[in-house]
Amino acid sequence: MTNSVPIPLQPAPSTAASSCGGHCADFTIAENLCQVLSNEWVNAEYKHLVLKAPPIALAVLPGQFFHLNCPPSGNDVPYLRRPMSLYRVSPQDCTIEFLYKVQGAGTRGLATLEPGATLDAFGPVGQGFTLPPQARHVLVLARGVGLATMAPLAQHAVQRGARVTAILSARSPALVMSEQYLRSVGADVIVVHDQDGSSDIAHIEKLVRERHAQLPFDLLTTCGSNRFLLALQRLGQELDVPAQVALEQLMGCALGMCFACVRPFRKSPGSETMSYRRVCWDGPVFDAQETVTW
Amino acid sequence: MVDMSVSIGKLTLQNPVMPGSGTFAEGMAKVIDLNRLGAIVTKTITSDLREGNTPPRVAELRNSTLFSIGIPSKGPEHYLEELVPFYRNYTPPLVASISANTVEEFGELAARLSVPGVAAIEANISCPNLKKDGQAFGMDPQATEAVIKAMKRNTDLQVWAKLSPNVGSIAVIARAAEQGGADALVSSNAILAMAIDIESHQPKVANLMGGITGSATKPILLRMAYQAAQAVSIPVIGCGGIATAEDAIEYLLAGCTAVQVGTANFISTSAMPRVIDDLQAYCVRRGITRIRDLIGAMKVHEAKLLEARAGL
Repeated sequence: MTNSVPIPLQPAPSTAASSCGGHCADFTIAENLCQVLSNEWVNAEYKHLVLKAPPIALAVLPGQFFHLNCPPSGNDVPYLRRPMSLYRVSPQDCTIEFLYKVQGAGTRGLATLEPGATLDAFGPVGQGFTLPPQARHVLVLARGVGLATMAPLAQHAVQRGARVTAILSARSPALVMSEQYLRSVGADVIVVHDQDGSSDIAHIEKLVRERHAQLPFDLLTTCGSNRFLLALQRLGQELDVPAQVALEQLMGCALGMCFACVRPFRKSPGSETMSYRRVCWDGPVFDAQETVTW
Repeated sequence: MVDMSVSIGKLTLQNPVMPGSGTFAEGMAKVIDLNRLGAIVTKTITSDLREGNTPPRVAELRNSTLFSIGIPSKGPEHYLEELVPFYRNYTPPLVASISANTVEEFGELAARLSVPGVAAIEANISCPNLKKDGQAFGMDPQATEAVIKAMKRNTDLQVWAKLSPNVGSIAVIARAAEQGGADALVSSNAILAMAIDIESHQPKVANLMGGITGSATKPILLRMAYQAAQAVSIPVIGCGGIATAEDAIEYLLAGCTAVQVGTANFISTSAMPRVIDDLQAYCVRRGITRIRDLIGAMKVHEAKLLEARAGL
């Protein structure tokens, strides 16, 4: 990780919108009042939210997230914000996008947003993915909504001249999301699913080894599941390639203040010494060899 | 022009708004102008390094949260080498919150943190007293007085006592802290509470019990701040469910000299600047030139005998 540099998607905005008495340049996080442009179902479970966003939000880096002030709906009155990883940013169009599964009080509220509504998106926050300099080949392994977290990394790695192999896993081919989007940004997409057994972890590992033999990976990335984390830990050690994982956790503040979202980590790869780290502030992207299953 | 300043003993704050301990960190400097705050109160530290409680540490309740964080602490060395220099870049007085296992340790840690750049030390006495079967210091008037005395012996800085609301009579504890020499009280910490997930049959926080915080707790903690303020002659800093200027004004009217904004910082990082702006706007609207005139200005209803009404 020491040879790595954070990934700039674009230069940080030079000034903030609010008056701030000369401290503007310091303000890199904001409660961004965004306008909903669209919020459509992409399948029976997932919606795709597109927001018109102010400059601070557009400086978001791959793997960073926003803490959304989800509106109430029905009997749901979300009190805390909800963390949501970025699916896509378009600085030219001034938009940020999210892909989310409607499953709890927060996302049920998000699902009610109509075009023209305002959504307060706090961020961008968190430590995102770290791409090794001159990376030539990046693996992106994702399942279900995890794809949203990985899409900006895939897009950026391609822009930086790397080949991206994206393995997308789902219950059925019909539930594979954004295969087209990832192809359009230039990733090599391999779809695996449960119906034909191709999503079996041994098969996925075999695919990774084959691709590595053709062009060695410089970085392995995944998010979400224990199964994929364990696979990347094994592959990372076997192939001697750095591996990073994006985690999710219930959060209080998303700004490193409340210490509610901690998870246990090894002090260093292989170390038996454990300590808690904040997913919101120290992550949500971590070295996979320091991350432990849960 | 409204004079927004208030005084805690010899310490003058430019306005009465500060964060509650544990609801604020350096990251806030990336979002708001810290120089607008009345004071900066940092997360509680202990002498020893602590990891804090097992997760899950937070559950969402109606207009409130259940937090069970424990006191993760990087210790005094980190505080002195990293946090004090960081906050010296900002003008508001820095208040260090501390906790300890024994009376003696409270004194030692207060001495250790008595450095330029720290204006006051807040004693988090809602933690277990290891020499008294783990009963919280703040639930015991003798232990409360002993902690504050030990700190005062070891520092020339102001000592604030952050009271626990988990007591039968907060007035008794408030007087004990005053007796011990506290320069101010903070009323109060979070109310002990629990919640159970009916699907998993597990407590919603791993520690079983935690503190309920947020808007829903305000009426209870406002009552306790009032009772504390009635019991002592030192300043009381109100804390509990404050998210808006209206909330803060209630605490001032109840007798509080200043207020701490806690959980509201998690929901909106602009909560404190907004409270300050709206407090000022309220004063302008009401023709109040000094915000300190609101302190204890509550007008109680006149007690009228039912019989006396007959003559009206």
